[in-house]
Amino acid sequence: MNPEIERPQVGLFVTCLVDFFRPNIGFAAIKLLEMANCDVEVPKAQTCCGQPAFNSGNRPDTQEIAKQVIATFSQYDYVVAPSGSCAGMLSKHYPELFRDDSQWSEKAVDFAGKVHELISFLVDVRGLNNVGGSYKGTVTYHDSCSGLRELGIKEQPRQLLRSLHGLELRELEECESCCGFGGTFSIKYPEISNAIVTRKTNDIGATNADLLLAGDLGCLLNMAGKLSRDGKRTKVRHIAEVLAGMTDTPPIGQKN
Amino acid sequence: MEPKSQFFLDRSSQALNNRELQDTFRKVGGGFAKKRGEARAALPEFDQLRDEARDIKDHVLENLDLYLEEFEKNVLNSGGHVHWAKTDQDACAIIAELCEKVDARTITKGKSMITEEIGLNDYLENAGFEVVETDLGDYLIQIRGEGPSHIIAPAIHLNRKQIEQDFRTRHQSFPADRVLDEPAQLVAEARQVLRNKFLESDVGITGANFLVAETGSTVIVTNEGNGDLTQCLPRVHIVVASIEKIVPTLEDTSTILRVLARSATGQEFSSYTTFSTGPKKAGDPDGPENFHVVLLDNGRTEMLGTEFQEMLRCIRCGACMNHCPVYQAVGGHSYGWVYPGPMGAVLAPSLLGIDRAGHLPNASTFCGRCEDVCPMRIPLPKMMRHWREREFQSGQTSAIQKAGLKIWAYFAKRPRLYHFASRQASRLFATVAGRKSYIRSIPFDSGWTAHRDLPTPQGRTFQELWEADKERQEKS
Repeated sequence: MNPEIERPQVGLFVTCLVDFFRPNIGFAAIKLLEMANCDVEVPKAQTCCGQPAFNSGNRPDTQEIAKQVIATFSQYDYVVAPSGSCAGMLSKHYPELFRDDSQWSEKAVDFAGKVHELISFLVDVRGLNNVGGSYKGTVTYHDSCSGLRELGIKEQPRQLLRSLHGLELRELEECESCCGFGGTFSIKYPEISNAIVTRKTNDIGATNADLLLAGDLGCLLNMAGKLSRDGKRTKVRHIAEVLAGMTDTPPIGQKN
Repeated sequence: MEPKSQFFLDRSSQALNNRELQDTFRKVGGGFAKKRGEARAALPEFDQLRDEARDIKDHVLENLDLYLEEFEKNVLNSGGHVHWAKTDQDACAIIAELCEKVDARTITKGKSMITEEIGLNDYLENAGFEVVETDLGDYLIQIRGEGPSHIIAPAIHLNRKQIEQDFRTRHQSFPADRVLDEPAQLVAEARQVLRNKFLESDVGITGANFLVAETGSTVIVTNEGNGDLTQCLPRVHIVVASIEKIVPTLEDTSTILRVLARSATGQEFSSYTTFSTGPKKAGDPDGPENFHVVLLDNGRTEMLGTEFQEMLRCIRCGACMNHCPVYQAVGGHSYGWVYPGPMGAVLAPSLLGIDRAGHLPNASTFCGRCEDVCPMRIPLPKMMRHWREREFQSGQTSAIQKAGLKIWAYFAKRPRLYHFASRQASRLFATVAGRKSYIRSIPFDSGWTAHRDLPTPQGRTFQELWEADKERQEKS
């Protein structure tokens, strides 16, 4: 392990989707962060990163939400989110939002420097390369767009998955192409979104993997919802759940 | 071509439900994207060249007036003529007048997106000229009366069978029982038809991939050789180009050429890269007697100095659409005008107005692949977002969307209220779902559940569970 700070204080940015749909991912994230020798806190004054407003062209509300996030998390050594999309928003787009704001631009840049997506934080910042567990089964992995292209997350999840005893990773054809979620896009352009996710679930089916993983719950809800509608049996989970060995909770969209 | 971008929703829906079209898309697949990936992998300095290419165009855009004047001076020095056109109509009128002056009857054209933008074919045909597209793809869509569906492969939406039918209908002088089963047979027939047109042509019109300021040269890159025949054989060669096509030097041209074909088709270089400098000179074996360059603004100068200036770096390679999940699903005609895909989603609102082209920058998942592959490193998603901001500011965002956002933002800015509300909503969902793991329909949100199930939430929010955990720990 190569920690810059021996035992950093990490503020967990839960993300609104994890908070609402899938708390298990939040708990898995905490377990992994503690494994990587971090003290984790979950500030109560967090809601959402602001992407729905930002991507709808509503800059004023986005800025207000961003200020709130920055203020809430300023005390931590690191801010970690189990989502490449939200982490990308916090670290890449917040500075851009306040570029012309003399009062907030520096704060936004300082804040952005502390923000990381969970898996890349574990590997790149905390030097974790083995989570020491096991998972018996075949999995495939979808590279979510923001994590991949904004944050360069590609090898880190694969590295940690390989450290799980018994896990077989089957690469997905076109694993770098979008699943068609796109936040509000999936609701504003449902037919197009459906066409895109259909290609994705066909590729997922072709791997014959038992389990689909990704690092972003938005994409996972989209793909899980499509797999279910088409009667496909592939189970769906966030990668953190598998890495943390927290697979007792039924997969996304399934009940006991 | 009358823009129909406002009908994006209907047009994309039709495209998605057109089985023949979808089959064609599937067959074409990610061919260009794959080849681009291989070309990139084979050139270690590719990304560095992209930086250089970007810097060249940024420099040009900061000094556009100087380079345009230098270009004009050098065109004149080489014996050519330069015409300045503020609008599409100005450009069409100038070109028609040049054609009338030489009593032209037949006009051949090389592939050019700018002439699609200004609607030149219709204009010239209405003025009584015969206009013949000589790029095979452009010829196909011309005889079908369609616009291009891709900026470098205008007929990518057509299959072999459709082309065969068009040829049988159109080329009546050929024997009816001829065999047209193979692409090569179709190409041979088109070549025979077009060869005569090249020879009959009075005026050849091409676009330009580059305008070289230091020499006054115009440059086209092609794969079929039709561009050369278009510009060498007739008496008059007219080049139509928008003003941002300028590059300072030949050296700069070669830098950008190194990323152009690789990004477009995955070729290291196109089959033909043709430089035109003035008309035929004494001792030249061939070439036009007159050489004209029509420089078009058509809204470009209004983009300078705005958040859309970087869009003017675009070299029309098509990489963004080749990698766009939305374009790949709905095809170019859904976008309703000449520029589709991510570059069209930024450019079309600039040229047509956001009121007409508003869907285009909204119909993006922001997956970021377009920016990732753009040889000129144009931040396309960021600029699509700028368009959404302009829409929002000017009150053009739909009322329902705006109301939804407003309610959501009200809660998002009040964490305690937000957590209270999401706890209630989570319970409500759980109650509605009962023992079901998915919700199959939600009132007011048919968008999601028309095609997908909605996974049911676990039942209690993370914040709620986390708080309960902490309380338990504190007690014990």
